[in-house]
Amino acid sequence: MRRFASEKSRIILAHRRNLYSVVQNSTSPLYPQRFSQQPHLCSSFLLRFFNTAPSPSSSSSSSSSTDSMANDYSSTPVTVDSINPKVLECEYAVRGEVVTLAQRLQQELKDNPGSHPFDEKLIETILVVTRDEEILYCNIGNPHSLGQQPITFFREVLALCDHPSILDRSETQGLFSADSIERAFQILDQIPGRATGAYSHSQGIKGLRDTIAAGIEARDGFPADPNDIFLTDGASPAVHMMMQLLIRSKNDGIFCPIPQYPLYSASIALHGGTLVPYYLDEAKGWGMEISELKNQLESARSNGINVRALVVINPGNPTGQVLAEDNQRQIVDFCKKEGLVLLADEVYQENVYVPDKQFHSFKKVARSMGYGEKDISLVSFQSISKGYYGECGKRGGYMEITGFSPEVRQQIYKVASVNLCSNISGQILASLIMNPPKVGDESYESYTAEKDGILSSMARRAKKLEEAFNSLEGVTCNRAEGAMYLFPRILLPKKAIEAAKSVNKAPDTYYVSRLLEATGIVFVPGSGFGQVPGTWHVRSTILPQEDRIEAVISLFTKFHKEFMDEFRD
Amino acid sequence: MSSKSLDYENLNENVKKCQYAVRGELYLRASELQKEGKKIIFTNVGNPHALGQKPLTFPRQVVALCQAPFLLDDPNVGLVFPADAIARAKHYLTLTSGGLGAYSDSRGLPGVRKEVAEFIERRDGYPSDPELIFLTDGASKGVMQILNAIIRNASDGILVPVPQYPLYSATISLLGGSLVPYYLEETANWGLDIVNLRQSVAKARSQGITVRAMVIINPGNPTGQCLSETNLKEIITFCYQNNVVLLGDEVYQQNIYQDERPFISARKVLMDMGPPMSKEVELVSFHTVSKGYWGECGQRGGYFEMTNISPKTVEEIYKVASISLSPNVPGQIFMGLMVSPPKPGDISYDRYVRESKGILESLRRRAQIMTDGFNSCRNVVCNFTEGAMYSFPQIRLPPKAIEAAKSAGKVPDVYYCLKLLEATGISTVPGSGFGQKEGVFHLRTTILPAEEDMPAIMDSFKKFNDEFMEQYEDHKGYSRM
Repeated sequence: MRRFASEKSRIILAHRRNLYSVVQNSTSPLYPQRFSQQPHLCSSFLLRFFNTAPSPSSSSSSSSSTDSMANDYSSTPVTVDSINPKVLECEYAVRGEVVTLAQRLQQELKDNPGSHPFDEKLIETILVVTRDEEILYCNIGNPHSLGQQPITFFREVLALCDHPSILDRSETQGLFSADSIERAFQILDQIPGRATGAYSHSQGIKGLRDTIAAGIEARDGFPADPNDIFLTDGASPAVHMMMQLLIRSKNDGIFCPIPQYPLYSASIALHGGTLVPYYLDEAKGWGMEISELKNQLESARSNGINVRALVVINPGNPTGQVLAEDNQRQIVDFCKKEGLVLLADEVYQENVYVPDKQFHSFKKVARSMGYGEKDISLVSFQSISKGYYGECGKRGGYMEITGFSPEVRQQIYKVASVNLCSNISGQILASLIMNPPKVGDESYESYTAEKDGILSSMARRAKKLEEAFNSLEGVTCNRAEGAMYLFPRILLPKKAIEAAKSVNKAPDTYYVSRLLEATGIVFVPGSGFGQVPGTWHVRSTILPQEDRIEAVISLFTKFHKEFMDEFRD
Repeated sequence: MSSKSLDYENLNENVKKCQYAVRGELYLRASELQKEGKKIIFTNVGNPHALGQKPLTFPRQVVALCQAPFLLDDPNVGLVFPADAIARAKHYLTLTSGGLGAYSDSRGLPGVRKEVAEFIERRDGYPSDPELIFLTDGASKGVMQILNAIIRNASDGILVPVPQYPLYSATISLLGGSLVPYYLEETANWGLDIVNLRQSVAKARSQGITVRAMVIINPGNPTGQCLSETNLKEIITFCYQNNVVLLGDEVYQQNIYQDERPFISARKVLMDMGPPMSKEVELVSFHTVSKGYWGECGQRGGYFEMTNISPKTVEEIYKVASISLSPNVPGQIFMGLMVSPPKPGDISYDRYVRESKGILESLRRRAQIMTDGFNSCRNVVCNFTEGAMYSFPQIRLPPKAIEAAKSAGKVPDVYYCLKLLEATGISTVPGSGFGQKEGVFHLRTTILPAEEDMPAIMDSFKKFNDEFMEQYEDHKGYSRM
């Protein structure tokens, strides 16, 4: 497993190096002019070539044996040259050399304790933060793997639904809260035949969709229709489904924020479309500027790209901003005017940490502007993996689609039905998060205490990290108003940039690698998400447990000072 | 406002082309009738629990405990859960980082993949590498992942048996590839005819299609046959000679209802054949928790195992899997439990055996009742369901019935199935959804309705069918046999 992972990382690393050197050389014919200053974006065009390029570091025995093994397959039908080019093109934004290095250091510490100025335990603790980057490609928080506990009530209900034959037994009352038993009965009554082991309707169990629609209605103050809701195995499959519908060819473009969550770039590449970037304004708290959208739209159109949809991530990932309501109104108007589908990634809707900001769903904003079903096409994505629940492993989520013709909805239903249905545990949990215990229920107090405990701890961790970043020379960090990340900007001295170039690394990757070597702390370089050319960022989750935060901050602070002393101009 | 971006006209053409019969017109009509209060017997999807099959107790106990790990510390947990379920829940929780609530590796939990590899080794007698096993949200997701890696454009062809399970046709059209049909021989109990297979490939090639993969469904869906070892050897040799990846849909491997032809995995036959084939023929095998005596469709658990696939391709498949983060963890644990059920001596062993045997034996009896029932009907002939969960009788429709269907604007078997639904509430899937030879008509039913209801269902079917035939038959001829 480890050998496999490191071999894999070696290949990726080689690609990244090659990639970077080509990106530096912008006269390359492979270099798409439109993205001339965005290495992360053009990598989707370039990766394909580097997958077949010989790796510069293939001299070690293990890698050469792998290479010759690969050669043995050259006449077989499925080789890297003959698989779907869209699969090759889709990029790996985050699993990069930093994580590879972290794995190596971890192994070295295991083999030879004391070989680095930090202990294995620390790196272990912090590595888990990025285990998703390490193993899972994308960059998302995975709170339970860091020790966050599940909400008891939710899990009680799920356990009872998984094993309903104990519901009637008196001993069960000694193990489970009364309202969880009652809720499990209610949910089972909504499932035809009480069969949690059966495929459901392809949109999800109707009774659960009713509950979710009621939850949306309570949240927004505008009606929601259970027939608009499609339950999915997490938000990602829902995003893929919409991309599949929208993208017909390379000429179809999807607007994505930069910095962005790499799911979007990957899904667009996989479906063969074109990512049309718009930059968030760091100086305005990562806000969206309509003038920027207009400019980018014009430039995409003049390149023959038919822009079909606009992705908005609110609260933002990796940028952590919560959009102001008037900004949202402008976005709604822009989409309406330009005939764009608004794809609203609202998976962090429960993760808001500042009193002056509030989450407003785009549907609520659009409806409050007087735009109805026929005025704007809007998809809202929600997930059980985020919020205070963080139930990533359950793979549950939904999308609410409004403003689509019956024919289109039928097509969406058809595509959903090819996969039969999403998993039932995930469906049940999606209904629970939209209808948690109410005042007066037996579990209400414990539920509230657990929820508030998790959210207030996240808010404290975000604040502490933000303050620490801002106290450092050359580092500026916007507030984490929401979501689970901080994305500070690091003003790297010229000398550091030169040092990075001399070892063929992007400057932010160089910085993060040095940090890792010195402290065992794993951040992700901003180039994985995209950033304004010439600016450098790192991304940190706010998820390490609270008792570890102080240690992370003091190690990071010490490292940064030494780094600046070494390279200060 | 300017025209909407997602108007029907502007949709991805591949999406519009894709058809999925199992949840198509008949299913929608059946749902409507059900809303109107009519009693509907859904036999359209292999969805055992929806038809009253009870889940096996042990796996549900283990997963319930994994969902609520705080119960494990409760002194009273033993009053409700047996000790081996408690021990097993603890075991699975040690395999995860963060219980059921954390994303796993995109390929699934390493510990569960190891259990799957051990199961394959016990089953086939050849070692299996956990690194080449990917857990998935059901077998359908796995099939989609693999086809996505294979299909580049419309000139890439996938050989698919006809009749076939519509997952394949639907996915191939969604991905913009070409389905290359090969016909199963109904008169040879749905066996595979290698001559016909060669002809299909030659024809596809003459049209400029590169045949890249071949799907086999064993035991067959909707056709219910078990492939013989000889047949599997022919198929593997064919794949070797033609440089084609073999995709083995083996999700019904537990569902065998006769003793002459037990299930043999394509992988075992491949390994038995020795080099060069055992080293070169590329094979991907699929399995699921939705079928067998488990029938845990709602959990969405499955896996695929890759044999002789190049490491770089495995990497790419891993990368694409990682975009969806991870398969659902409860489904992974169900898979672990399926491949390592209670052993003799365990507290839950007897109960587990009693429950699983009970389900399997009942399915076997139902398969027989159904085949016999169909064969007793006028103008209906039906092969015995050797395996899987379906019966796929041929309905010999009289010319007048075909005309009536045409004038109603329906495909003849769709017409027949709609009439059947309206008259009896039995919801089936017309054979045209699976593909069939021209001029021949079938329907598919599952063998899953409760055993005690089975005689009444078959009586009701016979009554409808024989009246239908009486109405349309002019005693001059049938659709071609």
